[in-house]
Amino acid sequence: MALNLFDTRGCPLDKQRFTWRDMVQKPISKLDDDAYTRVRIILLNGLEMEALRFSHACARMNRTLQPDLAQLRRVEQHQATTINWLIGADHSPLETTIAYEQVAIDITAAVAMREPDPYLAQVYRFGLLEDFDHMHRYSALLDRLEGKDANNILQSYTDILPGRPTVDEHRHPLDDLRAPYDRTTADPLSKMHALTIMAAEQQTHNYYMNIGPLFSDPVARQLYAEIASIEEQHVTQYESIIDPEESWLEKWLLHEANEVYNYHGAMAQETNPRIKALWERFLDYELGHLHHVIQLFEKIERRDAAEVLPRLLPDPIPIASQREFVRQTLAEEVDLRADGPDFVEKSLEPERTLQYRQQLNSEGSPSELVATGYRWTPGTELTARKAA
Amino acid sequence: MKQETTMGRNRTGVQMSPADASDMQQMAETLPADADAAEYGLASLRRPYIEESEGLGSVPLPGTLKGATSAVMEALSGDKAHVLIDKLGERLAFERGGVRLYESLLGKCEAAPQVLPEGALERLRHFRDEEAEHFAMVAEALRSIGADPTAQTPCADLVGVESMGLMQAMGDPRTNVLQSLHIVLDAELLDNAGWELLIGLAKAMGQDQMAQQFEQALEQEGEHLQQVRQWVEELTLKDVSVVRH
Repeated sequence: MALNLFDTRGCPLDKQRFTWRDMVQKPISKLDDDAYTRVRIILLNGLEMEALRFSHACARMNRTLQPDLAQLRRVEQHQATTINWLIGADHSPLETTIAYEQVAIDITAAVAMREPDPYLAQVYRFGLLEDFDHMHRYSALLDRLEGKDANNILQSYTDILPGRPTVDEHRHPLDDLRAPYDRTTADPLSKMHALTIMAAEQQTHNYYMNIGPLFSDPVARQLYAEIASIEEQHVTQYESIIDPEESWLEKWLLHEANEVYNYHGAMAQETNPRIKALWERFLDYELGHLHHVIQLFEKIERRDAAEVLPRLLPDPIPIASQREFVRQTLAEEVDLRADGPDFVEKSLEPERTLQYRQQLNSEGSPSELVATGYRWTPGTELTARKAA
Repeated sequence: MKQETTMGRNRTGVQMSPADASDMQQMAETLPADADAAEYGLASLRRPYIEESEGLGSVPLPGTLKGATSAVMEALSGDKAHVLIDKLGERLAFERGGVRLYESLLGKCEAAPQVLPEGALERLRHFRDEEAEHFAMVAEALRSIGADPTAQTPCADLVGVESMGLMQAMGDPRTNVLQSLHIVLDAELLDNAGWELLIGLAKAMGQDQMAQQFEQALEQEGEHLQQVRQWVEELTLKDVSVVRH
């Protein structure tokens, strides 16, 4: 059922409380919980991390907003902690990486399928095929470094196949910038999509930058260095599709609405009752944040929030296997490349990107090397070697 | 806490989604496969790093005048003293970590006192205390040759990294008493081998008194190993009997 953003006021800010015991709950089971419960945890944590980053940037530029930003940000901090700490410590950092790529693939695919703006849909399909390739490379690393099968994490929902080769994803920075939607005409769903995917990619970038140096093996250290660089490109891409003409308060309003949108979707689709209750609680918190910001927006900008927000939320992003869509996109668009904001055939790639890539890969490519001869096999490639 | 491991909805294997898994595999099989490529390819990336490596770091020089000029140090010719100091540092670090590992295990066992036989908790506390005594014994041995027991030597760093998995597994509130004992069994196997090597080294370097003290520690570690192994075996067999009936 669609949620009415204006009629549901949510939990008041002064009732949004936490304790350490409350924030640090029992984690999900890596073995028994559904992979999409973990996907939702990662996605929602990404949104909370984006809420924090946005709030800090906004505070640095808007002194008058600092008291309200500080109050809401403290709650977002504790929400992020509660969510992120649900990932059990029996996940190795590399296993969690596989889950991050599952988020990048299945959520981006779902967004690309439903995006009403054809150009933005193309942007998502373009990024999708790159994250899809990362899954293949990281699965090879997991198999060849830790002797583990990535499908233990993916639970057969998501394919492990090459996409647009990671070695070819390195582009000149100017070829990562896309054209933004127009804030006055864009569909509200387009705005939710852009914020959601930007947040997910930013979180992934930060995660790889933090855990890359935890590995001792140079193969892993190089692969994380390489893919973190692509995730930085993806953040550049996805933040460039958001209209920079939105005011700070308008952006804040959209951030809060987007959190409401995604908690609502998570709650509607969650299979673990304990986690579903958490999504419900945080949905209530986010509605409280949204209405706090609606009041600020209307007071300071003297505009009706309904100019910016839809009355009813769009249907949730489906969190499910998008195997057929991904395969079709792969078959049709793997050879697309970028020329500034435009997508072009491989042969038309700009010289600046070719030179940048050639230099970066001139001492070898970790993503190529780690997956040389790799083919996903249930139970790891050693199963096939034994049978041979 | 739930102590028995039971059959349930583990979703990790391909048998949970046979159609999807088969579909995945069919697509994957369109790729050329060469599992041996991993061995050679990855080695080629690692090789220059291995060749350039300068090791984990150094063994600290004795910081005291007494240490630098002690009879022991003189007896151990300069290029050999560091071997003994490094291995003493290793044992010290492992024993100190061992105390914490036992403390964490005790927390699990105290929360489920029915799992182990009567008197077991007392025995585990005794083992924990012996680990602490061994830590003190090695610290004293280092001091006796003028070395610094507060420094982290390369082999101490090594066993610290090796033990990260043990600590991580023990600290997880979801690992039950039997699983936690299994962690300590792994630690005790390593510890026994470590003491044997250290005793051999001390003897080879003419440190007979030190070796004699360490023999006592090894004897106690042997008891820890035997007892923990017995509990692991008993509880595992008990698990089997629960399933069977």
